[in-house]
Amino acid sequence: MRGPTILKAEDDKTKQLNEHNLMAFSGEAGDTVQFAEYIQANIQLYTMRNDTELGPNAVASFVRGEMARSLRSRNPYTVNLLLGGVDPITHKPHLYWIDYLASLAPVPYAAHGYAQYYCLSTLDKHHHPDISLEEGMKLLEMCTDELKRRLPIDYKGVLVKIVTKDGVQEVPFDNNRIVKSA
Amino acid sequence: MEAVKRGTCAVGVKGKDVVVLGCEKRSALKLQDTRITPSKIAMVDNHAVLAFAGLNADARILIDKARLEAQSHRLTVEDPVTIEYITKYIASVQQRYTQSGGVRPFGISTLVVGFDPNDKTPRLYQTEPSGIYSAWKANAIGRSSKTVREFLERNHQDEMDREQTIQLTIKSLLEVVQTGAKNIEVAIMSPGQSIEMLPDDQIEAYVKSIETEKQEEAAKKKTGRGGTTTAAILTRPGGGEGSE
Repeated sequence: MRGPTILKAEDDKTKQLNEHNLMAFSGEAGDTVQFAEYIQANIQLYTMRNDTELGPNAVASFVRGEMARSLRSRNPYTVNLLLGGVDPITHKPHLYWIDYLASLAPVPYAAHGYAQYYCLSTLDKHHHPDISLEEGMKLLEMCTDELKRRLPIDYKGVLVKIVTKDGVQEVPFDNNRIVKSA
Repeated sequence: MEAVKRGTCAVGVKGKDVVVLGCEKRSALKLQDTRITPSKIAMVDNHAVLAFAGLNADARILIDKARLEAQSHRLTVEDPVTIEYITKYIASVQQRYTQSGGVRPFGISTLVVGFDPNDKTPRLYQTEPSGIYSAWKANAIGRSSKTVREFLERNHQDEMDREQTIQLTIKSLLEVVQTGAKNIEVAIMSPGQSIEMLPDDQIEAYVKSIETEKQEEAAKKKTGRGGTTTAAILTRPGGGEGSE
């Protein structure tokens, strides 16, 4: 989005940080990509220097630290982040919610921006700790339906990626389904 | 240059679509933990690998500079570095340390190998403490590198496949490494892939097959007086070529 104009609807706002970590970002146009690439480069550098793959918690702490540093600079990044990753050793999934004020919260489900107002209630009701992938995809669909139904702005759909112990992959998602509002 | 000559040997060989690095490991003391002692082969980026001969501590600094440049290059131009670019960078750092005051030169030579992004041509470069860099089909640096280079000159062919390239690398290293498989490490690079370290047991298998091959040749030499050219090579193992 640039002012009131949509420049590209299917822009990929995610960045793969390493084999098992994916970062989704939103916010100020230039900041987002710049910050994401900076984080990606530094994580790869750390991995090579120390011969160790960073786990999701380590990545999250690092990102938060960088965000906090930027916040206290002359021109801080205004970027909100979601960080999804699978621990390469324990194979446990992790999700972190990070905003531009450098708050960090490990959460079972998360959203940023206006989407929070519409999705969190749905997620509160239907999410449970050992939810399967199919159920999760169904729940995501419920969320996007709700956005289509309630969001006053025209809504262009979502790009879906999943992170497993085998890495990151994109999954197809039907964005053209029409949902009538009540 | 003296430091380089005293460093353990490192060999790089290009094949058709593969490039192999071989290193002589310094023989470990009885109580040393070989599992976690740092290797002489280091990753500069996912597609570029560096082996060195000379002062380990100097190498660490140089490798770190190269890694930083590789990531910085990605960040500024959104592309991974080419092998030539990173070699040039490493060489220019080495050159800088011969010219400015208050510093001493890096006491290392390096072999930089890998594949450029979206390219299947193997690359092999060498840098020296003076800042000279050059491209090679196969080369050796470090202790008795002359012996190994001469061996490579005799035995290198174009368009070798993966097996042949690994074999030639290990064979050439065995020219100067007395203790065999225990003191060799081998890294393999293929297009679009990250570094692959050859497991110890496989190296041992290669060494064994090469040794039996040598013995057969030697036996043949004893019976019939033929094959003088190969025999000349085979009498060389452990050849102290003056540089020690």
